[in-house]
Amino acid sequence: MDKIISNINTQSPEFKENEKFNLGVVAEFRKRLEAAKAGGPPKSRELHISRKKLLPRERIKALLDKDTPFLELCALAANGMYEDEAPCAGIITGIGLIHGREVVIIANDATVKGGTYYPITVKKHLRAQEVALENNLPCLYLVDSGGAFLPLQDEVFPDKFHFGRIFYNQAIMSSRGIAQISIVFGSCTAGGAYIPAMSEETVMVKNQATIFLGGPPLVKAATGEDVTDEELGGADVHCRISGVSDHLAADEQGAIRTARNIVENLKHTVKTDIGASVPEEPAYDPKELYGIIPSSLKKSFDTREVIARIVDGSKFHEFKKTYGVTLVTGFARIMGQPVGIIANNGILFSESSLKGTHFIELCCSRRIPLVFLQNITGFIIGKKYEHGGIAKDGAKLVSAVSSANVPKFTVIIGGSYGAGNYGMCGRAFGGRFLWMWPTGRISVMGGEQAANVLCTVKMNQLAKKGVTMSPEEQAEFKDPILRKYETEASPYYSSARLWDDGVIDPVDTRKVLGLAIAASLNMPIEEYKAPVYRM
Amino acid sequence: MGIKKLLIANRGEIAVRVIKSARELGIKCVAVHSDIDRGARHVLAADEARCIGEASPLKSYLDMGKIIAAAKDSGCDAIHPGYGFLSENPKFAALVAEAGLTFVGPKAGTIALMGDKVASKEAMSKAGVPVVPFVKGTEEFCLKEAPKLGYPLMIKAIAGGGGKGMRMVSAPEQLKPALEAASREALKAFGDGRVFVEKCIVKPRHIEFQVLADSHGNVVHLFERECSIQRRHQKVVEEAPSTALSAKARAAMADAAVKAAKAANYVNAGTVEFIFEEPDKFYFLEMNTRLQVEHPVTELTTGIDLVREQLLIAGGEKLGFRQEDLLRRGHALECRVYAENPENNFLPSAGKVFLFREPTGPNIRNDSGFGSGDEISTYYDPLISKLVTYGATREEARLRMLAALREYVVLGVSTNIAFLADIIAHPDFAAGKTYTDFIPKFFEDWKPRREKTELALACAEHSRARGSRGNAAGPAKEAAYNPWKELGQFEIGTGK
Repeated sequence: MDKIISNINTQSPEFKENEKFNLGVVAEFRKRLEAAKAGGPPKSRELHISRKKLLPRERIKALLDKDTPFLELCALAANGMYEDEAPCAGIITGIGLIHGREVVIIANDATVKGGTYYPITVKKHLRAQEVALENNLPCLYLVDSGGAFLPLQDEVFPDKFHFGRIFYNQAIMSSRGIAQISIVFGSCTAGGAYIPAMSEETVMVKNQATIFLGGPPLVKAATGEDVTDEELGGADVHCRISGVSDHLAADEQGAIRTARNIVENLKHTVKTDIGASVPEEPAYDPKELYGIIPSSLKKSFDTREVIARIVDGSKFHEFKKTYGVTLVTGFARIMGQPVGIIANNGILFSESSLKGTHFIELCCSRRIPLVFLQNITGFIIGKKYEHGGIAKDGAKLVSAVSSANVPKFTVIIGGSYGAGNYGMCGRAFGGRFLWMWPTGRISVMGGEQAANVLCTVKMNQLAKKGVTMSPEEQAEFKDPILRKYETEASPYYSSARLWDDGVIDPVDTRKVLGLAIAASLNMPIEEYKAPVYRM
Repeated sequence: MGIKKLLIANRGEIAVRVIKSARELGIKCVAVHSDIDRGARHVLAADEARCIGEASPLKSYLDMGKIIAAAKDSGCDAIHPGYGFLSENPKFAALVAEAGLTFVGPKAGTIALMGDKVASKEAMSKAGVPVVPFVKGTEEFCLKEAPKLGYPLMIKAIAGGGGKGMRMVSAPEQLKPALEAASREALKAFGDGRVFVEKCIVKPRHIEFQVLADSHGNVVHLFERECSIQRRHQKVVEEAPSTALSAKARAAMADAAVKAAKAANYVNAGTVEFIFEEPDKFYFLEMNTRLQVEHPVTELTTGIDLVREQLLIAGGEKLGFRQEDLLRRGHALECRVYAENPENNFLPSAGKVFLFREPTGPNIRNDSGFGSGDEISTYYDPLISKLVTYGATREEARLRMLAALREYVVLGVSTNIAFLADIIAHPDFAAGKTYTDFIPKFFEDWKPRREKTELALACAEHSRARGSRGNAAGPAKEAAYNPWKELGQFEIGTGK
């Protein structure tokens, strides 16, 4: 493959300006991330530590192989929600390595409202289970939770994708040979008791972990029986009497060691071989991305400059370079692993849609994972294009994206607007993972377009009554719409609601993709079955 | 009365080397080893082996009693000391003789005389061999008399060798501290803190003559070797012949070398070292009463196996050739390949050698004592091997050396191979302008280039070890590259 020749002048004023701007954006991102990762308020953390309990991130660190990556998912979940009382949504999820094997970790943070489940906590837990299910990864639950967050019970309890789904998923995953393991560090009350109970192997920490359907106060109220936590559902009870748990650990470190031993003895699996080669660093420094990403999304940039700073040796075999030029497609390797890259270089036309469809079929046929780099305002509109069938060509791209059998990965590196989001493997399209750069924006359309559309509708209504709007009135009408779109298009608004798997620093893109692709290969790649394409 | 069974009181490449020649003569070989050297190459090469103690040389390779007991116990009739360790210890030579065994080397008295740098110079001076003017005595005396020789001066340990206790002094105010430092260093290295001061020759070359003397009074020389390329007084590159000698100078020096050997009643292989100053001045420096590290360059250019001659001489035989039978052809170069880290002040680099791939080809000789999988220990000299190339001309040998060094792969420990290659490639070396200041002058701030070839070799070996990544199905296929296992610590947004 040939190296991409970069046209970036790292000494230009524009580069310096972008760099300054983006470093500021990344600093803001890091600040938010650090705050979220700190966990609950200092008081709760101190209390937690005073009980000789490890913080959830310490547990994860001890559980994973030394000096190996932890690919955290949705670290900014619930960011800016619930009055910011639920950092990380009170649950830490991610992929890590135990005995050389990738596993999904789901860890309650008891310092955040006792580890109770907010609506976003449930969503994050389910998303982590989905990652385990789609990528065939063993699941480890580090349980330390008081169950549902009762004030919001209507948003966490009854619906299809609410609390119950956690247990449904455990059963389904187990039936598909995906190991379910619980390490109980604290309480598991009521519904929460089913997490360890539905696991295949469970470890409990002596004098610390408890599992019961109803706690002592409820027992007292219902039967008059006086019991302590430990007598009712302590580790000794479940490891010696009830058989709800399988391994009794003297302390947290012992429990972690046992959990590692459990993973060591799981079923042997062989990853899908897609022909990985020895990796090579990009020829251009990924840090230069800061000078390439424009300070305003209204400015365009050549997406190949981004590809050059993500792929091995900056080598890229471009497909159909001179046709449908607003979509860049081609083959490359990320940390040794072959990928097909689809990246926006402008608005989507019929030609670019057809080109994208063709390229996706190539990758499906060759069993090459797909990486989408989104920076898209949408599909072209207008009479000429509607007559030319842009809707059916766009539909072909959406069909191909949907039915692609290979693992798909999306990074929103710029705007993600309208049907462009769909054609470029947005969240709804079954990608294995989706991340956003802190510079990205996501909404059904741009704020100004939305405000103009709504204002035109309003003016038409008023015109029927013979009323006109002055420019001042129009501006006044548009202002709240603009502000709403501005807020809601933010990557943090998206990440808080789990529309993505996290915001990532652009320089981490290569590593994040490399790890995610490697993890995805735990699931065999199925045969490609083409949908009916509207011709 | 030839030797039947020989104990080699050494380790590493020289022990392996001695065993090879001994075997050709039908002599059985007994290796001695410390407990960490149990599986070392010299042990594997020998017919028998005896463990003589712990890793520390003082408790094994320097323990005279244990070595002599091992020789007697295994029925040996002779001991070859190699170089280093006990090779120039007169007490050891005497004890070996007392035990009724043959010491492959000169008599204890000769070793003692030559080991005393000052007494040896006095003896040589008396025999008509030119010596460098020097001063010896108390520190006070040296401080008074030495400046009269004229700066620069060189301080040396009376008991020493190998650069220990050596100091160059170029200005009066340096003399006193240098004397003290040299004395301290000598005391630590040799248990004898006495030093002497001699005139320092400016732009000198180090040229030495190989001699062979049998017990019947026959002495021949096997021409010279030049060893001017030195780092901190340690030889790094050696060659034969020297580019500096005229036929006349060579003849005069050879004559002096033979005279020196005769004056010392020398028996066996020895080396007379001279300092040479262009165009034709030379001074006796010292005589090494053992096999030299760099002996292969003489062997390649004369066709004489020096170890074989040593063993025959020790067995009482007469030399099988006369001076006029000896001819020299072509040119040979030797590089000392060390396990040391040029990026960290050339400190020894110990550890496991994961891959050892020697250069091979016509007229390439690599005397080594290591192989893939061997451990290099900090207890001993970090010499991995001596790479020697031969050519019809110096340039032919030089280019061959350069190619051989580039082909040489040692993975697991740091080596000076890149350093050696840069020396050999240097224009002044190519032009034969080899003076003892060569390394300080051109290589003081030398840093290895991060050459792609090195990286490529390492990658190739890495991928070979991981097995093929093709689609061909086979049993127990190695896993493909997995970033999870290779990336190390990483978390999003932490800069790690």
